[in-house]
Amino acid sequence: MKIAAHDLGWAARGRPIVEGITLEVASGETLGLIGPNGSGKSTLLKLFAGIAARARGTVSLDGTALSRMNRRDIARRIAFVEQQAQTAEALSVRDAVELGRTPWLSPLAPFGAQDAAICAEALARVGMADMATRSWTTLSGGERQRVHIARALAQRPQVMLLDEPTNHLDIHHQLSLLRLVSDLPVTVVIALHDLNQALGCDRLAVLEGGRLAALGPPREVLSADRLARIFRVGARTLTDPTDGVTQFRFHCLEDQP
Amino acid sequence: MKRPATPVALAAHVALRAMAGVAVLALAVLTGVILGETPLPWSTVWAALANNLWNAGLPVDPIDQGIIWAYRVPRTLVAAGCGAGLALAGVVLQALVRNALSDPYLLGVSAGASTGAVAVTIMGVGAGAIGISGGAFLGAALAFGLVAALARAAGGGPAQMVLAGIAGSQLFNALTSFFIAKSANAEQARGIMFWLLGNLSGVRWPDVTLALPVAVAGFLACLWHARALDAFSFGSDAASSLGIAVRRVQIVLIGAVTLMTATMVSLVGSIGFVGLVIPHAARFLVGPRHGRLIPAAALTGAVFLIAADVVSRMLIPGQVVPIGVVTALVGAPGFALILIRGRVRG
Ligand SMILES: Nc1ncnc2c1ncn2[C@@H]1O[C@H](COP(=O)(O)OP(=O)(O)OP(=O)(O)O)[C@@H](O)[C@H]1O
Ligand SMILES: [Mg+2]
Repeated sequence: MKIAAHDLGWAARGRPIVEGITLEVASGETLGLIGPNGSGKSTLLKLFAGIAARARGTVSLDGTALSRMNRRDIARRIAFVEQQAQTAEALSVRDAVELGRTPWLSPLAPFGAQDAAICAEALARVGMADMATRSWTTLSGGERQRVHIARALAQRPQVMLLDEPTNHLDIHHQLSLLRLVSDLPVTVVIALHDLNQALGCDRLAVLEGGRLAALGPPREVLSADRLARIFRVGARTLTDPTDGVTQFRFHCLEDQP
Repeated sequence: MKRPATPVALAAHVALRAMAGVAVLALAVLTGVILGETPLPWSTVWAALANNLWNAGLPVDPIDQGIIWAYRVPRTLVAAGCGAGLALAGVVLQALVRNALSDPYLLGVSAGASTGAVAVTIMGVGAGAIGISGGAFLGAALAFGLVAALARAAGGGPAQMVLAGIAGSQLFNALTSFFIAKSANAEQARGIMFWLLGNLSGVRWPDVTLALPVAVAGFLACLWHARALDAFSFGSDAASSLGIAVRRVQIVLIGAVTLMTATMVSLVGSIGFVGLVIPHAARFLVGPRHGRLIPAAALTGAVFLIAADVVSRMLIPGQVVPIGVVTALVGAPGFALILIRGRVRG
């Protein structure tokens, strides 16, 4: 499913936070969203999800504007994993994942065996199957993050919006999550801070001060010049001799003469 | 918890639970009718009920029959309706505000309803046109509107909502006192103060026809939105991205809460602690999912208030203690217990 933004903008108390974002994410593509702290990544993802109040511009799914769809129809297509979403309810892991089925259920179409199977599969995919009965409040940060991702998977969306989903995850789960996301046959917009991980995306969008500073294939976007200007780091490219894949090694620019 | 696999098994499971709930409720109502200042034998109660419900024509002392049918039955039914309504109001507010302290009392809804009811009673503001319940509804809606607006202006988090609620309660309680001081004579004032503490002694059949439909309608509205309430667990943005029409659900459910609170306050005065403690007790029993929590809270609330009413009638022989005093006497230690066991979220 193709998701497109046209002239998206959002302001807080008259101060523009995100401005003039126009871009398209092709069906099945993974778009990485990068930029320094406060550059507007989370805000842009909220705008994509259609849950920001007083938004400017339009978001459309396969050509249909979100503003012309109801919340339930949107939620059957788009799943959103927020940067920080907590609860003080004594929900179990399974309860939290079952929330993902919400847009597919109604009082007259209650949760059934098929929904249970979908949730179990989602839990298994993030390696949390054996923790289904644990209480949310007892989970570690990374475990909570994985439950959120399982909840999003249980939503069976065609577009996934992920705000720093590798946050809190140990290295194994970071890599396995990124592989899971790129293997899914869905369109993904993912905010990331690790630029080496961002190299694995199909394309990258760089935000700076709420504006789109660059958009394109990772290795073109992450030029030494841009890394210096926007991220204030210097980067050397290292090549893994076993397979020829390159990675960045960064150093802080203020630290260097 | 095990979940029935097939739709038929699920329906049977739900029907069984519903029947068990109704049975418990019926038993509680019967107990409430039997117990009182003058204990009546079970056979007399049975005969009076049978005579009134299906003209059984059993021999009963007409005075006993009067006490049972005109006095104890409506009183017990209204207690059940109020307990259920206030507990549901607490469940909904705690879910929507995402704060463990939310209940109609703390958020100022009860205070607003009292002010509205008192204004209509003693100052005759629109008395003929809207009645006491109407006045209570307007007062409750106004109070909630003010509290919500203040909370929003202060940043709009759960803590702001509770702080704004405290300010709202204080304001409306002060307004109520002001109205009483300004316009009521001494006898009226005493009566109103007694009513404000919660009092079921004046309850008759017409009150039943208001309390029960409102409680049942409120229950159905909440149950219908059980999944939506679950979806608010991670906040309203998360609810929205799970497909909930957040604004519409908030309006419908806050409307239901206001209606239930206003009706119950206008009938029996403002009874504290039910809306706060019962939801936590029910969560303790059946967990946080609203599909189970809503029926459990409604049932627990109904049984609790019937019991509180019975205790209020029997505690001091020959004298009725305000039911609000009883609910607080039981509620405060109950709440402390729940707090200590660490089951209160927030
Ligand atoms: N509701 C709000 N009111 C005022 N300012 C806001 C609001 N929401 C976001 N901002 C500001 O907008 C800017 C962008 O925030 P956003 O959360 O989108 O950044 P981000 O790129 O996701 O940052 P991070 O990498 O730290 O997650 C920040 O400066 C933030 O302070
Ligand atoms: Mg962010």
